[in-house]
Amino acid sequence: MKSHVLGAVSGVALAASSAAHAGPEAEVLHWWTSGGEAKSVAVLQEEFAANGGTWTDMPVAGGGGDAAMTALRARVLSGNAPTAVQLKGPAIQEWYEEGVLADISAVAEGEGWADVLPASIAGHMKCEGTWCAAPVNVHRVDWIWANADVLEANGVAMPTSWDEFNAAAEKLQAAGIIPLAHGGQAWQDATVFEAVALGILGADGFHKAFVELDEATLKSDGMKAVFDQMRTLRGFVDPNFPGRDWNLATAMVMNGEAAFQIMGDWAKGEFLAAGKAPGEDFLCASTPGDGFLYNVDSFAMFAVDGDDKEAGQKLLAKLIVGKNFQKVFNLNKGSIPARVDVALDEFDSCAHLSASDMATSSDGGSLLPSYAHGMALRGAQAGAITDVVTAHFNSEMSSEDAVQQLATAVANSM
Amino acid sequence: MTKWLEDHLPKLMLAPSFVAVLVFVYGFIAWTAWVSLTRSRLLPKYEIEGLIQYERLFASPRWDTALNNLYIFGTLFIVIAMALGLLMAILLDQNIRTEGAIRTIYLYPMALSMIVTGTAWKWILNPGLGLEAMVKGWGFERFSFDWIVDPDMAIYTVVIAALWQSSGFVMALFLAGLRSVDGEIIKAAQVDGIPTWRIYTAIIIPSMAPIFLSAFIVLAHLAIKSFDLVIALTGGGPGFATDLPATYMYAMAFSRGDIGQAASSAMVMMAVVFAIVVPYLYSELRPQKDG
Repeated sequence: MKSHVLGAVSGVALAASSAAHAGPEAEVLHWWTSGGEAKSVAVLQEEFAANGGTWTDMPVAGGGGDAAMTALRARVLSGNAPTAVQLKGPAIQEWYEEGVLADISAVAEGEGWADVLPASIAGHMKCEGTWCAAPVNVHRVDWIWANADVLEANGVAMPTSWDEFNAAAEKLQAAGIIPLAHGGQAWQDATVFEAVALGILGADGFHKAFVELDEATLKSDGMKAVFDQMRTLRGFVDPNFPGRDWNLATAMVMNGEAAFQIMGDWAKGEFLAAGKAPGEDFLCASTPGDGFLYNVDSFAMFAVDGDDKEAGQKLLAKLIVGKNFQKVFNLNKGSIPARVDVALDEFDSCAHLSASDMATSSDGGSLLPSYAHGMALRGAQAGAITDVVTAHFNSEMSSEDAVQQLATAVANSM
Repeated sequence: MTKWLEDHLPKLMLAPSFVAVLVFVYGFIAWTAWVSLTRSRLLPKYEIEGLIQYERLFASPRWDTALNNLYIFGTLFIVIAMALGLLMAILLDQNIRTEGAIRTIYLYPMALSMIVTGTAWKWILNPGLGLEAMVKGWGFERFSFDWIVDPDMAIYTVVIAALWQSSGFVMALFLAGLRSVDGEIIKAAQVDGIPTWRIYTAIIIPSMAPIFLSAFIVLAHLAIKSFDLVIALTGGGPGFATDLPATYMYAMAFSRGDIGQAASSAMVMMAVVFAIVVPYLYSELRPQKDG
């Protein structure tokens, strides 16, 4: 009898102690598995644990997130969604429409996110007025990187218009240097294309074409000029470009084989990892034209059951947008914080340029989502545009045909 | 009871796998067919909308390229692999001394996965890195072999890599076939003074018809399923010049969140398989049934 009582008591004690241990819980699905990225996630993980939370890591590598999305689909269909998932752009809204996202407005309003995030970036984090995702960083896509020594040796300055770029490229080509380091993968073609489009169409034209999918803009003479410039750029690329990875193209700029690369600021990480100094060994500037194309990584919060998990979700959201994480993470990753009130003392000159351009373009209405990196459009439409861009870049297609195909492909993807 | 068991045991043993095939093969084919008639995007939806996905599919230039590539790749791959495999098998069949070693060497590519084959050939064919650079390094400055970066020729590099991988396997199949031909007939023919090439064309090869069928079926499904080789070798590029239906379907289903479109392309792929394989099977199997 006594032992029964004892057993019951210890059972209660056990239950109580396990309840006491259960704090905020979060299961986080992401695909930041490579060196620098994994280190960046570990920062969040430590901070979460320091606040009494239990973090279940669910990294799914491969396919630039395709594998993670497949895993997510399976989890959601089986009614067991992770707490937070690395998602971005319109994909957040697409999942919201499936009715599986949580409302974290309480945290967002408590922390005053609306005051510290640029309005157009905050827009991506909201689902029909309620907050449903937390931004991690801002990558700028429309960068042009250059080898400082090569430019100096050939008397070339950083171009401020596409005509200047073309003139500089011809000069470099005559000197036996590959003017533009490029990797022939569809997403890299699209990255260059949208940088050119922003320069030639301007912020309004870019918004009409790649956010509103306005047919007249897609078929306009401006768009033909964009494709003309793409054809010109094709001539500045070395013949071995198809299939090359972007970091190999960055390496070509680093070792002076090529002069320029048009790529987002993850390329900066490659330069820094190789011990190159910004402003001395390599130069960074926005691609010719006004505006700022952003690629914002974020975590979407999925609807979960249980107080522990909901508490975990709230804590996670709070920490992600917290100043400390925004600083440490972005120092590791090469991007800039999404919130504008983080001190940038420890960041390099390229990051300072990025942050000040983000502030100006946000005021001037030219802070725009990147289409090539899934910020502006849903997968099917963005993919349809990329198909045309890459087909044009890799063939002899005329700009007239390209704009016709562009309009048809966009209509067909609806 | 024992009698009943004896009668029904085979059926009982087969029942689980029969049910599994029914559900996991035919059930999911039916599911895919259903989804291909809907407007499913990120997650499957089940409201039927008609043939919209098929209209979109056939309006897509990328799908055109993919189907055309399948036609080029499939035809060349099957025909050349069978010709090469047969030739190598006949040469090996001449009672040569090192047959065992040579057979193993030619079979070894089969032991590699398509991903390894694709990656290795990507480097071999890269103009700045592989064959072209090497020959140029020997002093032949005008040598050029840049198919892999040429959108019009890139699909043929996929054929080359696939042939390297599979010809040895076809050779082994044919070699087994050659050895199974009745030796008495061949000896009789030799006694009659018939030349060796006539023995092959008139006696041995015709009697290997079932082997041709097996080789064809194996190669045809390898060709239609081809996916990993293209991903590793060219990534579908330059542009989407080496896209195949399988890579198209993958892109739609997993990269673009367009499940309806992916389902319709899968159904068309299945129709292609049926169109090729069913008549062949039918014509090959019927005589046996008749007697």
